[in-house]
Amino acid sequence: MNTAKKQAELIKEISGVNPLKCMKCGKCSASCPSYNEMDIKPHQFVSYVVNEDIESLVNSKSLWKCLSCFACVERCPRDVKPGKLIDAARQVVVRQKGQDYLSPNEIPELLDPDLPQQLLVSAFRRYRR
Amino acid sequence: MKYSYYPGCTLRTKAKDLDAYARASAVALGFELEEIENWQCCGGVYPLGSDEIASKLSSVRALNEAKEKGQDLVTLCSACHHVIKRVNDDMKNVDDIRTRANNYMQLEEPYAGETEVLHFLEVLRDRVGFDKIKEKVVNPLTGKKIGAYYGCLLLRPGKILEFDNPENPTIIEDFIRAIGATPVVYPYRNECCGGYISLKEKDMSKNMCERIMDSADGMGAEMLITACPLCLYNLKKNGNDKLPVVYFTELLAEALGVKEEVAK
Repeated sequence: MNTAKKQAELIKEISGVNPLKCMKCGKCSASCPSYNEMDIKPHQFVSYVVNEDIESLVNSKSLWKCLSCFACVERCPRDVKPGKLIDAARQVVVRQKGQDYLSPNEIPELLDPDLPQQLLVSAFRRYRR
Repeated sequence: MKYSYYPGCTLRTKAKDLDAYARASAVALGFELEEIENWQCCGGVYPLGSDEIASKLSSVRALNEAKEKGQDLVTLCSACHHVIKRVNDDMKNVDDIRTRANNYMQLEEPYAGETEVLHFLEVLRDRVGFDKIKEKVVNPLTGKKIGAYYGCLLLRPGKILEFDNPENPTIIEDFIRAIGATPVVYPYRNECCGGYISLKEKDMSKNMCERIMDSADGMGAEMLITACPLCLYNLKKNGNDKLPVVYFTELLAEALGVKEEVAK
């Protein structure tokens, strides 16, 4: 199996999503609060996995713009779960050594006196291993 | 009635008042919150990867402790509730996760999702009853127009959270009525505040929080209430200051006449 195929399989395995179930209705993109910030839109995630173009997906801005708000997951009429798919792509990146999106060294200057611990633990869990 | 209670990291630090008002209100309403021992942080967000096990174990420990006591497990922070409820669903319904988590846990009796997880609001609605709360209100917040801010974590995915109708919830509006105030329904009440994006990209959260505040303000709300410390932080920090934002437990304590006790 070539690398691209392996990566596509890995994303399907981590996410548990079957991208072939998508019927391209676009409800996920219509629901997404980060739509304007994303270069690859939620309804397009599935195509990148089906076409085994994981390289583009893992290098997309979208990876770090998803808020895990589950609007796409809730509203998908085919139970495809685009939010789980993009999280799996994020996992493929952060599970590699040195690929964290957030380093503890960045934290001190991001803090303010009201900032809840919940924000730090959530960001650490989504952005790094 | 006695419940196991999981406060979570933020309720011990930046959101102490969310916790203190809930505890005082529970006493006034006649139920007991017994904090579980040695609880650990839930991690803030549910690990979405199907192969994630270790990151779910803190939730399993809390769930099992409640099971051993024969109590339901009550949560208050929206994030803790979301994580623990979803891990419990995994333990109940996903064979692979249940098996592997129990391999780590080495319990005398394996945990298989037996504990019932209830958000504090669900205790108010389903166990105490909003009609009973109404009877116990001594300072009704008459005339106050309040917008419920649900956010994401309590509602979605609806099939697992089973909290309320995820697109048209009513529980917090019913709560607002029970304490004598007037709920204001507005379109953005179940839209995201930006969540963890506000750590690195404040502008994205700002866009979302301003839309939420404008939406509530436009429908005539005078204030917003929430159950989530991160929603409160984002709305206050990244919103446009049009409306004050408070925890729902503060208004409950006020209506039940126990707010002053907490302040001491």
